[in-house]
Amino acid sequence: MKPLLIIDQLRAGIEGREILKGISLTVNPGEVHAIMGPNGSGKSTLASVLSGRSEYEVISGSVTYNGEDLLEKAPEERAQAGVFQAFQYPVEIPGVSTANFVRTSLNAIRAARGEEPLDPSAFLMRMKERMALVELDPSFLQRSLNEGFSGGEKKRNEIFQMAMLEPTLAILDETDSGLDIDALRIVANGVNALRTPNNAMVVITHYQRLLNYIVPDVVHVLMDGQLVLSGNKDLALELEAKGYDWLRNDGVVA
Amino acid sequence: MSQELIDDVVGREYEYGFVSDIDQELIAKGLSPDVIHFISNKKEEPEWMLEWRLKAYEQWLRMKHPHWSNVHFPPVDFQEIIYWAAPKKKPTLNSLDEVDPELLNTFKKLGIPLDEQKQLAGVAVDAVLDSVSVKTTFQKALAEKGVIFSSMSDAIKNHPDLVRKYLGSVVPVTDNFYAALNSAVFSDGSFVYVPKGVRCPMELSTYFRINAKNTGQFERTLIIADEGSYVSYLEGCTAPQRDENQLHAAVVELVAHAHAEIKYSTVQNWFPGDKDGNGGVYNFVTKRGLCEGAKSKISWTQVETGSAITWKYPSVVLKGDESVGEFYSVAVTANYQQADTGTKMTHIGKNTRSRIVSKGISAGKSQNSYRGLVRFNSKADNSRNYSQCDSLLIGDQCGAHTFPYLETANPTCTVEHEATTSKIGEDILFYCNQRGLDTEKAVALIVNGYAKEVLNNLPMEFAVEAQKLLAISLEGSVG
Repeated sequence: MKPLLIIDQLRAGIEGREILKGISLTVNPGEVHAIMGPNGSGKSTLASVLSGRSEYEVISGSVTYNGEDLLEKAPEERAQAGVFQAFQYPVEIPGVSTANFVRTSLNAIRAARGEEPLDPSAFLMRMKERMALVELDPSFLQRSLNEGFSGGEKKRNEIFQMAMLEPTLAILDETDSGLDIDALRIVANGVNALRTPNNAMVVITHYQRLLNYIVPDVVHVLMDGQLVLSGNKDLALELEAKGYDWLRNDGVVA
Repeated sequence: MSQELIDDVVGREYEYGFVSDIDQELIAKGLSPDVIHFISNKKEEPEWMLEWRLKAYEQWLRMKHPHWSNVHFPPVDFQEIIYWAAPKKKPTLNSLDEVDPELLNTFKKLGIPLDEQKQLAGVAVDAVLDSVSVKTTFQKALAEKGVIFSSMSDAIKNHPDLVRKYLGSVVPVTDNFYAALNSAVFSDGSFVYVPKGVRCPMELSTYFRINAKNTGQFERTLIIADEGSYVSYLEGCTAPQRDENQLHAAVVELVAHAHAEIKYSTVQNWFPGDKDGNGGVYNFVTKRGLCEGAKSKISWTQVETGSAITWKYPSVVLKGDESVGEFYSVAVTANYQQADTGTKMTHIGKNTRSRIVSKGISAGKSQNSYRGLVRFNSKADNSRNYSQCDSLLIGDQCGAHTFPYLETANPTCTVEHEATTSKIGEDILFYCNQRGLDTEKAVALIVNGYAKEVLNNLPMEFAVEAQKLLAISLEGSVG
């Protein structure tokens, strides 16, 4: 199988400070990878570098997505190529309805691929169906994007957008943070419904509990900018029980 | 936002900057009683009109240029301006055949075909080039309803009683420096009268164009809605791209009698100057409406994207009991543009209501000020005002300012004022980028969302144009 994403010896940082210190990771189509780690280990930096946030600078290494150099592409080109990030802190855009935002987004992505805009009735059907997937009331569609939404509603809105855009590679950046157990279940159900043999997900999380619902194929531990350990889903349980410090004490991280 | 992003503004182009090669009749620069005689004579005006102008000129000579606004420019030399420019071939109203084809072409390029067959359905147009009205469409259809829609020059000739009664009744000659100047030298503009109980069957629109060099445009518009009538009116403006500043000092007066409603919309796109702040139109305009009768309503909607300097306050005097005044504004400034705009709501009658929604958008090195006055007179029992003034900043070299004034002489009145300032930050732009939108598209989406409440008040055909205009005005303002 041809890998979807190959991260090779990636070093990156912000404002002259190195945060990612040589990360290598291969993700195949159909796989879910979880990246766990303590605060400040570089989890969100990894998400930001993959989606192309300009404040972050790549020092060395490469990222290949679908056989192409991902780091060369502008953020919108990455999105158009099927890379989606569910944000930890989704923004509010007053005056722009959720429906309008998603339609503009979807049509921009389709246009970049040389496809016609989705016709309005098909679009509406799709929106209603995918809203139901994350148990959001359709009335949210007419409200300004994320304005006045609760924390849980914002996260569900992220997964709704992911459902609408059908990305090939989804990066979920701490989607579970701030969610109660019901919202967590709803978000996870949405994500699971979107798993296909052709797409892949990178789930970034601090806690193991999300992984009870979204079962990963591989779990990686990120500490101090390096992937120090990889394993199957049981690794997440072990981390939950023992914390991260034993990895440090073991001397795995210098 | 980084410096290089802001510097990227360079890419911005003004679409209407062309100059038409029309055979023009111009007079020499400068202002004197002779010039006023000349203008009045050219327009074959009656004696009373000339008297009115000359009196205004005398008043103007005694007035001083005002300095209280938050806009800055070198002193205007009023002797360097040409006060009369007109196409030599004056078209007759009934036939387009006699119009200079280059002139027709000018308006065609502007998207304003004067051929009635080709027009937007249901919109009558008066086209004003420099000093004169060149064509007013659909006059016959309107006349059947008793609606008068003509150039001001024709109205002075054909409806002198109406003009005499109302001209200067809302904006007196001595109201301010530029109103006095306009009263002395105004050249043309539109006149509308809607008789009692008539709902004007179509949108009325005037299109203003400055073409000649060194020429000031001083148009005068007067709209009267008699009892129980309704009219919706739209003005649009453009000018060629020129290095020097051009002065546009218009006066617009609206009168709404009992139960009448006037909706006045402006899409102002005068040349804003180049990226370094050279050239551009000085847009110094006095616009005021009088809600004369009970339950009358006047609503101003403006989308201001052009002009080097915009300095105007479309206002409403709420004289009739239960009358309503509204002001909806989007003012965009980019590069070195300056705007000091807002409104005045003067509550005189009982139970009067006013609503102000102002959205300022500043980019580049521009300065954008909202200035508004809400005044409740002693007899304005139980009157209410709601004001909302929002500012949106793009980049970190522009300025947004808010100057709200409140004067109340009646304790039963209620005022609500809300104000917000926000910024299109990297976070929002990146979020949009991550959803597949390039930055230009993202800014257009965000700005249109921000201005939606105002754009929704424009007639449908123009709302779409205004949306595009907002996007074009801000093109390149972020990288």
